[in-house]
Amino acid sequence: MAEVTMTVNGKSVSGTIEGRTLLADFLRTDLRLTGTHIGCDTSQCGACLVHVNGMAVKSCTMFAAEADGAEVVTIEGMANADGSLGVIQQAFQDHHGLQCGFCTPGMVMSAAALLKENPKPTEAEVREYLEGNICRCTGYHNIVKAILAASGQDVVLAAE
Amino acid sequence: MYAFDIEQPKTIAEAVAALASDEAQALGGGQTLIPTLKQRLASPETLISLTGISEMQGVCLSDRGELCVGGATTHAEVARMAAKSFPGLSGLAGHIGDPAVRNRGTVGGSLANNDPSACYPAAALGTGATIKTDRREISADDYFQGMFATDLQEGEIITEVRFPIPEVSNYQKFLQPASRFALVGVFVAKYPDGVRVAVTGASEDGVFRWTEAERALSASFEPASLEGLSIPADGMIGDIHGTPEYRAHLIGVMTRRAVAAAS
Repeated sequence: MAEVTMTVNGKSVSGTIEGRTLLADFLRTDLRLTGTHIGCDTSQCGACLVHVNGMAVKSCTMFAAEADGAEVVTIEGMANADGSLGVIQQAFQDHHGLQCGFCTPGMVMSAAALLKENPKPTEAEVREYLEGNICRCTGYHNIVKAILAASGQDVVLAAE
Repeated sequence: MYAFDIEQPKTIAEAVAALASDEAQALGGGQTLIPTLKQRLASPETLISLTGISEMQGVCLSDRGELCVGGATTHAEVARMAAKSFPGLSGLAGHIGDPAVRNRGTVGGSLANNDPSACYPAAALGTGATIKTDRREISADDYFQGMFATDLQEGEIITEVRFPIPEVSNYQKFLQPASRFALVGVFVAKYPDGVRVAVTGASEDGVFRWTEAERALSASFEPASLEGLSIPADGMIGDIHGTPEYRAHLIGVMTRRAVAAAS
């Protein structure tokens, strides 16, 4: 067992973990931040995507010990300070970018990472960036629309 | 996963000392090792994480025209840092897995694992890279020794990879649509003294050089030079995703595309 301390959504947190404790499990079980979902547990689906030191990572494929001292942002950190939905979250609601919602936390975190890197992505760039996020309900079109809308662009899709 | 401890050394020397134990295993970005541990296919007592070692991070240019990449540098970092100086390598690094995987996976981890379908082995062999470890330098031509097999000794760490920068180069891969690994990937690099062609994903012996294509392309670097050349299906991987014949055919297709796209 080892002690780990990190900043999660702006708040300093610490815990006692095993070497094999995944970051996703630390977030969900120790911190009770259950917005981060574990879909496949094999780094395919992206539902567990969070930001570590500003970078998108799959929290099911990183050990909590490796995030010691890091800045972590999860879906719980994406709302505005007053609790209202953030720009990307609101766009997902407005454009019906979710159905069952299981993949949505990972989709929103991926979208946030993309828009930080590339504030005005093309539709093709959005689709390419979402390569590691799987959605079994929507067929992706509305997710892509939501992300384009969140970037302040028109949402006419070539692929539709 | 079985239980294990994690150590996070800050220097190469500390990591080498920690890896001297029989039950210790190096951990790069973990994008292959963590799934392997989850399946209980490995049971180390201690994982030695290499990602916190600052002397193994980053990308620079050497006086000899090589791109020097620290062993713990992520694919995303290579994609960014090599975009101008070595677009062929940048393109390869920027299409491994997906963005989140590229933010964790490292060049040293990929080469140490030597998955027969991984992309980086094609770049290392296709450029004649030098693999620098904590104790020696290994030429890529000697380094790869078959599927998941390398010249690395127990506890040896890849600290840096030096890729000679070609005049032009390109990497083309045909994706296995579920895993996103290369069903077949071909790296083509043109140097003043000749062309190198390295193939990943196809052979049961792992990454290899297609010397016949190298000779033809060294005479004239254009897709037409490959007309009439083919690779026998013997020794190619056959599975539900593709037969040996299919993979052998794809090698020709991917090589032509890489030559046409080289920049």
